[in-house]
Order: sequence, then structure tokens, then C-alpha cells
Amino acid sequence: MADDRETTDPKEMYHPHVHEEGKLLNWSDDSEHDQNDTGHYELMAEALRELLIEKGVVTADEIRANLEFMDSRGVHLGARVVAKAWADPEYKKRLMADGTKAVGELDIPMGDVELVVVENTDDVHNIIVCTLCSCYPRTILGLPPDWYKSRSYRSRVVNEPRAVLREFGTEIAEHVAVRVHDSNADMRYLVLPARPDGTDRWSEERLAELVTRDCLVGVSTAKSPAG
Amino acid sequence: MATYKDGDRVRVAVTHPPGHRRVPTYIRGKTGEIERYCGAFPNPEELAYGFDGHPDRPLYRVRFMQKDIWSDYDGPEGDTLDLEIQEHWLSPA
Repeated sequence: MADDRETTDPKEMYHPHVHEEGKLLNWSDDSEHDQNDTGHYELMAEALRELLIEKGVVTADEIRANLEFMDSRGVHLGARVVAKAWADPEYKKRLMADGTKAVGELDIPMGDVELVVVENTDDVHNIIVCTLCSCYPRTILGLPPDWYKSRSYRSRVVNEPRAVLREFGTEIAEHVAVRVHDSNADMRYLVLPARPDGTDRWSEERLAELVTRDCLVGVSTAKSPAG
Repeated sequence: MATYKDGDRVRVAVTHPPGHRRVPTYIRGKTGEIERYCGAFPNPEELAYGFDGHPDRPLYRVRFMQKDIWSDYDGPEGDTLDLEIQEHWLSPA
């Protein structure tokens, strides 16, 4: 922050530390201020990646392609599934009967795992967690948010789901059962949120806009048309 | 061929074997109900150590009342928790 001396020279105002006497520091050269302390796990992951490539187990391009695939996943895919289920009752039946097959119709692969879609109703609110690690429908939604992977969420949502929901701004009425799904094995879960009121005859594109990542995990509900 | 049917009451074993287990400690010894049979899958307890996980083990979704899991559960009676348990961890309740 600016020190007490009257100066308008940015170098004086914003450099409270002392640089080496006589050393000309280019204002645009940030190298002295780089703080890039690579953590232990980051280093191990990097070393492993290099070794796997060196030993021909995977190629750099395979890794790149995998990252490209994960980058192409996201809430938009989950929203498509939900919007279609809301608009098309037959699709919804297929989705509830066999989630893997139904999202496959939209060219969404599940890989080695199976998808189970759990529906929010007037009587039930669903919320997803993986207490053991961070299992998440990655091939649909991409990477999970940090809070989903946190020990805090994973340990608390199974024991006090309503308190956790409240912290996300979601209050579930007492007469509605909160159903926690711990995806601890081969299933992956997607919440089918309740269709908001006032959306009769909306197109799938418009319906999809009401679907957020958080309502697919179950920490909130879908947006209402009012906003 | 799955042993349990939807609705069967089952109890999760109380045992703490070493190695990779996918049954969280909080559910061991608890009694719930079969929600559905999920199919048979290679055993992750073996896969974790480089074995092929065969024969595949039957997996079930089991539903528990929260008040049956946590003595201090502070929520309505209807709240539940579902998770996936392999057949060899279950016995009839």
C-alpha cells in the first residue's frame, strides 16, 4: 500500500519492500514477485504424467484429448437432459428407468459408471455427495466444484443435510423428506429438479436456462421464471 | 443372481478389514431396506490392488432412515440416506 512519504511515483507508492541497490527493475518485469511455490501433490502429479508418457503408457496427445473432453462437459449438458425430461414425458420415463441409456440418446457417454437420476417431488428433495472421495457425474457436468470435494461438505451433508442446505440458501419444508445419496460405488447421480411453475409450453431451450449446476447436485432448486 | 429383493430389510456388517473398502464407517452395523438392485460390478476391493475384480459382485442401493444412522439426527422422521452396498456386506435383518 502507499507509504506516508508524499510521492506519486508508482514504484515508490506500491513497493513497500526494498530492491537491491542499483538494480534497474523493469516495471513490467514481474519475475521478482512471482510466488510460484508448487505444492507437493502438484509436483507428484506432474512427475507421474511425465513418467507415463516417457514409458509409453499414455501419449501427451491422449492426455490433451482427455482434458479437451472434460472441458467440453458442463452444466449445459445436464440442463439439456433436464429440459428434455420436463418437456417430454416419455423421455422422462426412459431417464428414470435407465439414466445411462437415456443420456446416451443425447450422445452423453457415462464410461464405466451408471447414471441414476433422482427426482425431486412435492415429498422429496434429493442431494448428492461422495463421502469417500468426490465421485460426481463428470462425463455430464465436468469437474466438481471445490466445495463438493471438501471434507466439510462430505462429512456434514450426510449428518446434517438441512443445515448444509440452509448455508446454500435453500430451505426445505419439514414435510418434505431430504434424501441424501452417497455415491460410494459404481452409480453416479443427477438430481431432476422440480419443474418451476409458470413454464407451460416453454421450449426446451428456454427451460434449460432455468437449470443450474447447483440444482443438479441438489444444494438448490431450479430458477423460477420470475428470476 | 441377486439374493435380495426390493424392500428386503438388511443389515450392514460390522467389520473393519484392512484394504480398500467402499462401505463408509458411519453405515456399518446399520439396518436399512433394499431400494434397488444395481447390477453386478467388478469388486473395487480387489481392483484397488491390481486384481481383475472378478467375479463381479452384486451391488444394491440401500435406503436408511437418518434417525437409524445418527443418534443425534436433528431433522424430520422422513429424512433418508441412500448408498450402494455390495451383497457380501449385507445380511438379512
